[in-house]
Amino acid sequence: MNAFMNRKKIVIVGATSAIAEHCARLWVAESPVDLVLVGRDLVKMDLVASDIRVRSPMATVKCLQADFIDPAKIQALVDEIVKDGVINIALIAHGSLPDQQQSQENLHLCHDALTVNGVSPVLFAEAFSGHMQIANTGTLAIIGSVAGDRGRKSNYVYGAAKGMVTRYAQGLQHRLAKTGVKVVLIKPGPTDTPMTAHLKQQGARLANVEDVSRRIVKAIKQEKSVAYVPAKWALIMMVIRHLPSFVFNRTNI
Amino acid sequence: MVAVSSWGRLGSWEHQVVALTDRHQVLQQLQSSGSGIAHGMGRSYGDVCLNPNGVLWKTTGLDRFISFDDSSGRLVCEAGVLLRDIQRLAIPRGWILPVTPGTQLITVGGAIANDVHGKNHHIHGSFGDHVQRITLLRTDGDVIECGPQLREDWFSATVGGIGLTGFILTAEIQLRRVSSPWLDTETIPYANLDEFFQLADSSEAAWEHTVSWIDCIYSSGRGLFMRANPTDAEQRLEPAGRKLTMPFVPPVSLVNNLTLRPFNAAYYNLKKRRAGRSICHYEPFFYPLDNLLEWNRMYGPKGFYQYQSVVPRAGGQEVIQSMLREISRSGEGSFLAVLKTFGNRESPGMLSFSRPGVTLALDFPNKNEKTLKLFDRLDAIVSEAGGRIYLAKDARMPRSLFEAGYPKLAEFLPYRDSGISSAMSRRLMGN
Repeated sequence: MNAFMNRKKIVIVGATSAIAEHCARLWVAESPVDLVLVGRDLVKMDLVASDIRVRSPMATVKCLQADFIDPAKIQALVDEIVKDGVINIALIAHGSLPDQQQSQENLHLCHDALTVNGVSPVLFAEAFSGHMQIANTGTLAIIGSVAGDRGRKSNYVYGAAKGMVTRYAQGLQHRLAKTGVKVVLIKPGPTDTPMTAHLKQQGARLANVEDVSRRIVKAIKQEKSVAYVPAKWALIMMVIRHLPSFVFNRTNI
Repeated sequence: MVAVSSWGRLGSWEHQVVALTDRHQVLQQLQSSGSGIAHGMGRSYGDVCLNPNGVLWKTTGLDRFISFDDSSGRLVCEAGVLLRDIQRLAIPRGWILPVTPGTQLITVGGAIANDVHGKNHHIHGSFGDHVQRITLLRTDGDVIECGPQLREDWFSATVGGIGLTGFILTAEIQLRRVSSPWLDTETIPYANLDEFFQLADSSEAAWEHTVSWIDCIYSSGRGLFMRANPTDAEQRLEPAGRKLTMPFVPPVSLVNNLTLRPFNAAYYNLKKRRAGRSICHYEPFFYPLDNLLEWNRMYGPKGFYQYQSVVPRAGGQEVIQSMLREISRSGEGSFLAVLKTFGNRESPGMLSFSRPGVTLALDFPNKNEKTLKLFDRLDAIVSEAGGRIYLAKDARMPRSLFEAGYPKLAEFLPYRDSGISSAMSRRLMGN
């Protein structure tokens, strides 16, 4: 009985993203957890869920279809998840990398990119944080990006959305500093996932997704407030953030 | 376009890489991308997994398990699952892959398409012997389910069919019972081929795994014979699995005339002194090089070839002897050299490599003409003996040797998918 009472409950929003899926695999490999997968595509989520069930027959996996845009639906979904018991970890991992050029030319695409990468994760985090604050426990992990550290011409629409996530996470950390709730902001560098497949075609060097996920799971366990993964990005982005504009604006990045 | 090499690093070629991650979308991706070839971990040595200036369907994102029955040991998974992940999943639950090659960092799809073998061929055959079902996607949209008792012709064309009969999407594999991750191993030095063949023959009945390291410098054929059985050894501390990476490509091959002789002598004498029985974890025994990531870089910027042949057992000793004589005379070769007897059984695939006989595998740093000329001489020996070369390792064999070594080629060709082509298929089959 005790084993069951101590089971962790982990919610993953955007569960079909490659990073999220690998985090889920690592968590069930550690201990039999109760997983709630949240995503848009139930068919795809089912592929992830059956894989997890094979890896850990003792884990429970539940798939929930979500609307990522509608605030009322987001609130209702999170309320529903919390009814089943206190959440130990919520990982908010959804997003999509827009084409910068197209986002500049088409405001609809620009709007969608800002919404799904910025507004939507913030709304999910806000919904979870309320419940976590009441329970006075839990770790809320949000996947931001190194792209949110400084806007640059090749992907500032995505960067702006991720920058919003960064500011939001800072504020939330401030608000929850005196509670038992931890907020972890993850900033992955470019990672080898389906989302970045076109970058790879252009010859970009991308980090291995399994390795990135291992570092994310570790950062969440250590309750770090900000985690660059891999860690070298902390240094790279510190340099990039501090480059004076007259230098930065001459670069071609 | 992305530059892609195979394991031999003989060159790198531009490819359009199509990443596959969702098995429901694969057919559509195959059909919209033009002629290509499936590519997993790229661990085959030559051009079987390459398609320069064409499409590679990258399967490593199709890495999901679908089901596993603890009571029967039947595993169903996507083709991009690594053998490593199967071992790690199954062994703690009392099951193991019945056949595994010298690296576990390969995909299930690659293991089937090359019908790989392991150290226990004389007991458990090749990888394809344990595959119960394959889902094959044809680029024309057909989905073919096949197995040893279901559309057997398609199964036999696809196992060992180097990816040319269609895209292997999922597979069902029968695992084997195992009680622990430990092996009872024994290392025995041998001074010549007579001793090797005596050891091999006398070990087949009582030992599940047999393999040998051979010192290619000596044409007498000295080496170290290794054999092992699963054991119920008590719980021990498992190896930490610390990984090292060969951090860069050295400007010249680290395996060369200066290093090879002392290295081989030191290895032989060290192991000879430590010969005998010991309990060993399956990972270092089966996969001795997996903890040295990117070890293929040690051969330098020009890469390397592996020459692996099998010749019939009758007269095999003389054939191996003359191959060793050629190699030793050339002064070429590498530390990585393996001599092994196969069991007396045919493989399930029309183009499978393993067959009754004895197989010799050697790495050779690429020295262009010099290396290729040595291979010509080895080809002549293999050809005269009625042997064949392993497609998973090959980058250069002439078409005539391929046709002679694979007599079921004509039977195989009608099963090819016209939307699939690789550098190897064009080299050896003309299209």
